[in-house]
This record gives sequence, C-alpha cells and structure tokens, in this order.
Amino acid sequence: MEAILFYGLAALAVVAAIAVVAQPNPVTSALALIVTLCCLSGIFGLLGSPFIAALQIVVYAGAIMVLFLFVLMLLNVEPERSPSGPRLALVAGALAATLAAQVGWVLLQTDRGTGVAGFHVRTRQMAMILFSPEGRFLYAFEMVGVLILAALVGAIVLSREDLP
Amino acid sequence: MSDSVPIDHALLLSAALFALGTLGVFLRRHLITIVMSIELMLNAANLAFIAFSRSHGTIDGQILVFFVMTVAAAEAAVGLAIIIALDRIKRSIDVDAFDWMKW
Repeated sequence: MEAILFYGLAALAVVAAIAVVAQPNPVTSALALIVTLCCLSGIFGLLGSPFIAALQIVVYAGAIMVLFLFVLMLLNVEPERSPSGPRLALVAGALAATLAAQVGWVLLQTDRGTGVAGFHVRTRQMAMILFSPEGRFLYAFEMVGVLILAALVGAIVLSREDLP
Repeated sequence: MSDSVPIDHALLLSAALFALGTLGVFLRRHLITIVMSIELMLNAANLAFIAFSRSHGTIDGQILVFFVMTVAAAEAAVGLAIIIALDRIKRSIDVDAFDWMKW
C-alpha cells in the first residue's frame, strides 16, 4: 500500500517538475511547482517525518509559493517570448541527464544504513532537540531567527520605490 | 531492509528532481522561473536528507531539512525583492535584459 502511494506520488512529482521546466507560462510553472511540493510532502510523510511534511505544506506550498504568485501578479509577467533554441535545449538536456546519472550513482554508492522498521519521528522529539539547552542545535535555531529578521529587513529595503 | 518504501528509489527521485531543477536554470529565461527551479533543487536535496534520515534511523537529517527550509524562505523573500527592484529598472524580468556586467 505504502509502496503504491510512494510510486504514485513520485510519478506525479516528476511530471509536475517537468511541467515547471517545460512550458512557457510562469503562472503555470508556479502552480505545477505547488503540485510537486505537495507530492514531496506526502513522500516525507511516508518516510516517517510527519512534522516536516506539515512544514512543507505550511511553509513551501502555503507561504513561499503564495509569495511567488503574488510577485507574478504584481509584475504582470508575460509568457516567455524568446524560448531557448533547440540546440541549447539539447545541450542542457544532455548536461542535466549526466548530472542526474552522477548524483544518482553517488547517492547509491554511499552508506545507506540498514533501515529501521517503523521509523517515525514525533514532533516532540524534534522540539526536544531544537529547543533544549543541552541540544546541539539551540544556537543554530536562534541564528536562523536572526537570519529571517535580516531577510525581512533586506526584502523591505530592496523593494522600496526610491532604491538608490 | 524492512522498509515498505524503497530508500534507493527515493534517492533516485531526488537526483531526478535536482537535475530537472538545473535544467530549468539552464533553459528558462525569466528570473522568477529560475528562482522557482532553485527551490525545486533545494527540495530535491531535502528529499535526500529525509531518505537518509530514515535509512539510518537518526533525526539529524530532519533537523537539517528544517534549517534548509528556513534558509529557503529567506532566500525566496530576498530574491523576489531583487526581482521587483530589477523589474522597476528595466520593465522586464527576462535574463537577456540584464547584461550590464557582461564584458
């Protein structure tokens, strides 16, 4: 059952990712990317991380992609008029296929462990590691908060009307 | 392996999505679709992290995905602000319009 769900979601994710890359309208690309992200969220859930799956929907499909669509609407973006020529597409496709083969080969060479039956990370475990003072990630977590603040200020400054 | 979801195939899916993201960066001409392709590549990396986290039975991969997601959110916010500023200057977000630094 889980395997069927996994392969279905994986196939849909790849098809939607091809749609992101292959068709000229940016709004359709954004919508296809949302489909890919939702499929990946389902796969994360199947791989035993429900917290990350929920975060994927809330942060990526919810917040980031809404930001993308908002900017697309704001700028009133036209579909691409000058698509890349067939020669560039051929070269880029060959390069991307080589990259996929190399990355896949390297990933399959690495030590993949033995697999843990019924592996399932609860949100509580994540919180214990992220927030406990003995955890290794408390300072990193605080730094991420500072990074978000810096990005917020940077985005406001960059998109001002009277940019120097 | 006592898994119903094959880890190898999740890793291969991750490689395929990453390559599709690079293909988007190569081929697309709009800045905003290029940023979308980069988001796709980040998600492919996240999938590899989650798959390894499962196969090793450790939680660290998922913590790392959490940090990648926050950094991706910050990157998207700043990147889109830069795209808005560029559109204000040139009235276009086609990459071919921005050749000021081309020698």
